[in-house]
Amino acid sequence: MRRGSTGLSLVSGLAMLFLYGPILVLVLYSFNAAHLSTAWRGTTLKWYAALWHDEALLAATANSLLIAVISTLGATVLGGLMALGMERMPLRRQQIIESGLALPLVIPEVMMGVALMLLFVTLKMPLGLTTVMLGHIVFNIPLVTIMIRARLRKLDPALREAAADLGADSWQVFRHVTLPFLRPAIWGAVLVAFTVSLDDFLVTFFTAGPGATTLPLKVYSMIKSGVTPEINALSALLLVISMACVAVSLHLQRREV
Amino acid sequence: MPSHDLSSPPAPRRSICRSGWLAAPGLLWMGLFFLAPLALVFAISFASRGTYGGIIWEFTATNYLDLLHPLYGKILGQSLWYATLTTAICFVLGFPLAYTIARSPARWQPVLLLLVMLPFWTNFLVRTYAWMIVLRQDGLVNGLLLSLGIVAAPLELLYTPTAVVIGLVYGYLPFMVLPLYVAVERLDPLLVEAAWDLYASRWAVFTRVVVPLTMPGIVGGCVLVFIPSIGSFITPDLLGGARSMMIGNLIQHEYLVVRDWPLGSAVSFVLMAIVMAAVALYYRHAARTAEALEGR
Repeated sequence: MRRGSTGLSLVSGLAMLFLYGPILVLVLYSFNAAHLSTAWRGTTLKWYAALWHDEALLAATANSLLIAVISTLGATVLGGLMALGMERMPLRRQQIIESGLALPLVIPEVMMGVALMLLFVTLKMPLGLTTVMLGHIVFNIPLVTIMIRARLRKLDPALREAAADLGADSWQVFRHVTLPFLRPAIWGAVLVAFTVSLDDFLVTFFTAGPGATTLPLKVYSMIKSGVTPEINALSALLLVISMACVAVSLHLQRREV
Repeated sequence: MPSHDLSSPPAPRRSICRSGWLAAPGLLWMGLFFLAPLALVFAISFASRGTYGGIIWEFTATNYLDLLHPLYGKILGQSLWYATLTTAICFVLGFPLAYTIARSPARWQPVLLLLVMLPFWTNFLVRTYAWMIVLRQDGLVNGLLLSLGIVAAPLELLYTPTAVVIGLVYGYLPFMVLPLYVAVERLDPLLVEAAWDLYASRWAVFTRVVVPLTMPGIVGGCVLVFIPSIGSFITPDLLGGARSMMIGNLIQHEYLVVRDWPLGSAVSFVLMAIVMAAVALYYRHAARTAEALEGR
């Protein structure tokens, strides 16, 4: 729309301001020395320093990392095998499983959370780190399967046939042809699963017991109580870390194309 | 040296690596920890609540009938309203943005898209919290309005429906921009040029040419924004007040505060029905588009 282009650019600029304004404000306030008000009282790093001495926060971070590592491992193995297995199935069955796998991605997370909580309570499983991990594997399996399947579809069948014709058994074909080809997708899936697990609040909220506080749960309680500006520093730190992770993953992907 | 008998065709390889059984552990996991819990919620939604919060397994539809109570009806109604409003605002903001990106120089497009997506990759709680700082009584918006003399006293912005909708738009705008970008990118600029040359008004170019041709992206974007909006919990929990509760908050309230699991389960299934209706709408539209393309 050539004649409307100034208006369009204006709205686009506003949309960008809308997207980044609050983030910038948050980062700025994390350096504010004022304790209670949002008025500016000089620059400080003391809220960042306070993070290092917050034992509960460090424990929550350790919990989050442990859950993310285990659930990423579990989901990558189960989801990867699922992608490989689905490939051998009749097309109709593949489609059924595929639409089934979309379900966890569309149903509201709050519902997945309460459903898992009900299951664990019914099975009389004590809520804790284990139940959180089990739950995180559930929402990560579809992500991993979809990503690996997408890559698997691009694998030229002739490559595997050639290897088989040269006498490779099916394990050797997998080990020397399929796996190397899938490697970028596997790393991508690992990265996504790890991030999603680390960021998850709702499923964790419903499936974690009192002793299993994760970083997002801690952030939530700090926001809710709102007593210390430490939360500003923590939030700013998390923002910067996530953005750096995205940058690194994009860089990796570009290199592997 | 692997031996390979060339005179006869190789025997079909039927080892574990070539069978569909590899999918079994994952499927079992999803059955056990995804489908079974959903079935459990469904079953409980037809049970009733015992005196001490336990469950009495007798079939009843009371929980669903209870939802007709004006109190619950109001929460359902306002959830639908907030989600619809969010979708509409995302469209109004997202369309110009997607259009600008799709029509900017090719080497800038990935960068601009990344800029739109980047906030989405950060923690949702943190992003929502950022709005609490901006909107609160002594926050940035009020400070700006006061110093410019637009208002005499700070506005009540946080813990209102407005704050909830702002938070939802903020959270899900990228979901609108991406499908719209794809659709606009495919739109032939010559068709728009032709409309201008035929003296169409700006509005006519938009409604008669641009909108019909980018319809798949519009429907996709709207569904992608509507689904997480209607099911949101964090945004209304942090930015909304007691009176701007949404379905997600009602579910949490029934489960964890009131401990009325049967009612909470019924609410969950109403929410799931709304989400599934939105998904069905999308697929029907996609199928019709495919049909129309084939009919050409």
